[in-house]
Amino acid sequence: MSASQVSPARAVFAGALLENKARSALAVLAIALGVALGYAVQLITESAVNEQALGAQLLSGNADLQIRGPRRGFDEAIYAQLARLPEVAVASPVIEIDARLADRDDALQIIGQDVFRAAAVTPATGVVSGDRLDLLRPDVLFLSPAAAAWLGVGAGDRLRFQVALGVISLRVEGVGGVAGAGARQRFARMDIAGAQTAFDRLGLLTRVDLRLKPGVDVGAFRERLQAQLPAGLAVDRAQDTLAIAAGVSRAYRINMDILALVALFTGGLLVFSTQVLSVVRRRPYFALLRVLGMTRSRLVALLVAEAALLGAIGSSLGIPAGWLLAYMAERLTGPDLGSGYFAGVAPTLTLLPAALALCFALGVAAALLGGLLPALEAARAAPALALRAGDEARAFARLRPIGPGLTLLALATLCVFAPPVAGLPLFGYAAIALLLLGTLLLLPRFVGIALALMPIPRRAAPQLALAQLRGAPGPAAVTLAAIVASLSLMVAMAIMVASFRQALDAWLIDILPAELYVRANAGGDSGYMDAADQARIASLPGVLRVEFLREQQLVLDPARPRVVLLARMIDAAEPGRRLPLVRPALMPVADSAPPMWVNETMVDVYGFTPGKVVDIPLAGKSARFIVAGVWRDYARPQGAMVIERARYVALTGDEDATAAALWLEPGTTAEKFSAALRADVPGGARLDIASPGEIREVSLHIFDRTFAVTYALELAAVAIGLCGLSSSFGALVLSRRREFGVLRHLGMTRCQIGTMLATEGLLLSGIGLIAGLCLGTVISLILIQVVNRQSFHWGMAMSIPWSALAAAALLVLVLSTLTALVTGRRALGGDLVQAVKDDW
Amino acid sequence: MLVVRGLSKAYAGARPRTVFAGVDLSLGPGDYVAVMGESGIGKSTLLNLIAGLDRADAGSIALDGVEFTTQDDDTITATRRRRLGFVFQAFHLLPYLSVAQNVGLPLTLQGGESEDSPRRVAAMLSAVGLGERGASMPRELSGGELQRVAIARALVHRPQLVLADEPTGNLDPESAGQVLSLLREQIKANGAAGILVTHSRPAAATADRILLLTQTGLREPNLV
Repeated sequence: MSASQVSPARAVFAGALLENKARSALAVLAIALGVALGYAVQLITESAVNEQALGAQLLSGNADLQIRGPRRGFDEAIYAQLARLPEVAVASPVIEIDARLADRDDALQIIGQDVFRAAAVTPATGVVSGDRLDLLRPDVLFLSPAAAAWLGVGAGDRLRFQVALGVISLRVEGVGGVAGAGARQRFARMDIAGAQTAFDRLGLLTRVDLRLKPGVDVGAFRERLQAQLPAGLAVDRAQDTLAIAAGVSRAYRINMDILALVALFTGGLLVFSTQVLSVVRRRPYFALLRVLGMTRSRLVALLVAEAALLGAIGSSLGIPAGWLLAYMAERLTGPDLGSGYFAGVAPTLTLLPAALALCFALGVAAALLGGLLPALEAARAAPALALRAGDEARAFARLRPIGPGLTLLALATLCVFAPPVAGLPLFGYAAIALLLLGTLLLLPRFVGIALALMPIPRRAAPQLALAQLRGAPGPAAVTLAAIVASLSLMVAMAIMVASFRQALDAWLIDILPAELYVRANAGGDSGYMDAADQARIASLPGVLRVEFLREQQLVLDPARPRVVLLARMIDAAEPGRRLPLVRPALMPVADSAPPMWVNETMVDVYGFTPGKVVDIPLAGKSARFIVAGVWRDYARPQGAMVIERARYVALTGDEDATAAALWLEPGTTAEKFSAALRADVPGGARLDIASPGEIREVSLHIFDRTFAVTYALELAAVAIGLCGLSSSFGALVLSRRREFGVLRHLGMTRCQIGTMLATEGLLLSGIGLIAGLCLGTVISLILIQVVNRQSFHWGMAMSIPWSALAAAALLVLVLSTLTALVTGRRALGGDLVQAVKDDW
Repeated sequence: MLVVRGLSKAYAGARPRTVFAGVDLSLGPGDYVAVMGESGIGKSTLLNLIAGLDRADAGSIALDGVEFTTQDDDTITATRRRRLGFVFQAFHLLPYLSVAQNVGLPLTLQGGESEDSPRRVAAMLSAVGLGERGASMPRELSGGELQRVAIARALVHRPQLVLADEPTGNLDPESAGQVLSLLREQIKANGAAGILVTHSRPAAATADRILLLTQTGLREPNLV
């Protein structure tokens, strides 16, 4: 086929893409950025979850069922009962300890097993030593390859662990013995009896793995067994345990996915803006093609394919970019992006074909959807009218009706009040999407109203600029779409994060009234203060008052993660002096169940509303409490309950404490007292001592690190928005070359035309800024009151970072005005005079 | 008033060509000439040169004795703004301004509106028979009406020279005749000079003189 025989259709479409290389490139870049972010988030979080799941699966092996209980452990007598059940082929007892390393601020998971039973249930955790009897030795452990590499030790070395306030030493007998996923998990295995003895867990187990006999109905047996077990124990299938573990981080991962989708959505809006203006400019060409015989459906197909091509190119670039981003982010922040959900997991990034295909498809879909509306409008245009120059205004007429926009806003309002779906704020996300789309549809009307309210300037160039914008609010709204969307999302995230930070800071001040805080189990659960340690601490010179606390983790619902129990010294008549209550507490009543105070998660998830009488499992028995109050808690999204320590000790006999709050006598400084504590209390050097200020600083640092990825995604979205503004404004200016040619004929200087463009850019940017700020504020309300509440079950007051927002707004205004001016001036290049002669 | 001497223009590039050379033209107030020529001979180019929208390769253009071909763009633009008026084939009204605002645009560009501006705009609209259509938008007008608005715009600021480039190219014969009559009438009434570029002999006949543009300059045509 010779050049002269190229179909006009191909010439129009391919020519348009090549003619507008810069705008096409910007659209491709926006899609690529959105896909890269989405894929990177998927790679990091899914790899970590998969690794976590594989690790758990490895350690579960062929177990049909697992019995779990409190984190500290349950009575090992259960094991003997389980092993004797006729349905059970093999029962493998397990004790799991997060053992705090004595020489570094970390913990290593120790798995104590009966090697023979374990081999029958979890063969993957097989023998690693030449001498099988080594596995029975109580003072040795076997490291996974990942643990050995992490700790920098090998066979023959010794590791020191903190137990209570003391230190024990264990020899590394071997490394390895697991392959594949197991090699990447950091853990150690040792004989169960040795683990129980070494870590003071005599008579306790944390898990029993069961392999059932062939033919046993697993589901039915599970139900029977659950009914027979003592309170506080749960029977799960191995895959249920995996789901529970993954569920802990689910809300966080979905939030990250949504943020990545935001970037992709903004990219799709950029494609929409580019395509709308490009299609309008080619309106007469399409009219000619229709006159020459092209059908509407073919025209739509070609235009949609054009948009999809942009998306495909963008996705192709975005996938490898996403891989690179994930690699860099993991090196910088770790596999959990700083959130702390996957501590101890060292995943290897894998391709994740499903995520790759999904992200690729989403990139194409975003571009395709962005091009669909303009394509449909182009096909609807009457050829005879569209052939006439000046028919472009008709293309934007469909943006005028406000019905669709108002409908979407109404739907968004309904979604705000909808409950969570499977614990996720899906309707909250839907409300945000509907609010965004509805506002974008109403943008032409908003632009029109804003422009109508502006006073008419005295000088010609700004006067014409205002007149031009007033005469054509549709194109202006299209130009603004991407920047309004990205700006509003940036504002929303900024307000949400600022509110959260402010709330966290205020909460920390409330929750830390003492002068010093001491922890024995920081970074693990093997440390604690026994009664003697507590007595020594309380009797140290300078102590005015000390309150000890015991932290436990209990299973309340087999389908959910463990909840935290805090047994602390608290005045039941005035719990608000120690807990940040969200509403006044119920006063204790004689003869009623003893009081318990729960965090907001316990209310939302477990229904522990004030006044409700509940049974919680303690020491294998049910203990009855009445919910006396609800307190705000940003540290334990899985749920937390507070009871009086004296009652806990009476019910369980457990006098150990994991933490203490200290008030000092006047004249006693925190530094001097800390030194005395470390020196005078045996094992005091292994206590973690911190002032409230230090705890606040560390907590806020962790908070900032957790949200670092959020900040990066926000910046990416704003960058895409600015690109959108540049691209759209350039296209608009290009479409008005004839107008500018006429103005040059009539005596307008280039400088005046530049002023006109700058004024248009400033007005548009200002309107976009106002729209973005207002919309962003409303979205932040939804994020705070709905999404956060339903995801993590915590409430917070809204706090607007005025100065930061003002600075960001000013920067965006300047950047977008400059962008519009530079782009417009560039588009004005060439022979404007000749443009006057053009019919089209 | 307008003196053009030895004007030449050529286009460089892959296929360089001489548009014309040695064009001479003198116009006084009230002179109205038609410039004819075959298609592509450079009639619009000549207008662009006279208007200062393009630079000649040789020759001079003086308006009231002031040689402006050597001036900078802003100075030429200012001159064009004050002393020239344009009528285009495709009307070229700004779609987002009303009829009255389009007519008043040259006054706006000269430095904002004065108390006199509305009166002058109204007077021009009446003169072209559109006195009642000031508030209408361009899309509401017919082709003939649009060109009449363009004529009003070309003369509202009392230019010394009106340049009309194929003003009837997009009009039916009846409208064309009305527009040509109006154009001549208003040019004369405002004491301006006018150059009408056209390929239509009947249109050219409405001018005082007809000149033929060739590659070697302007000359009187042989109209036999």
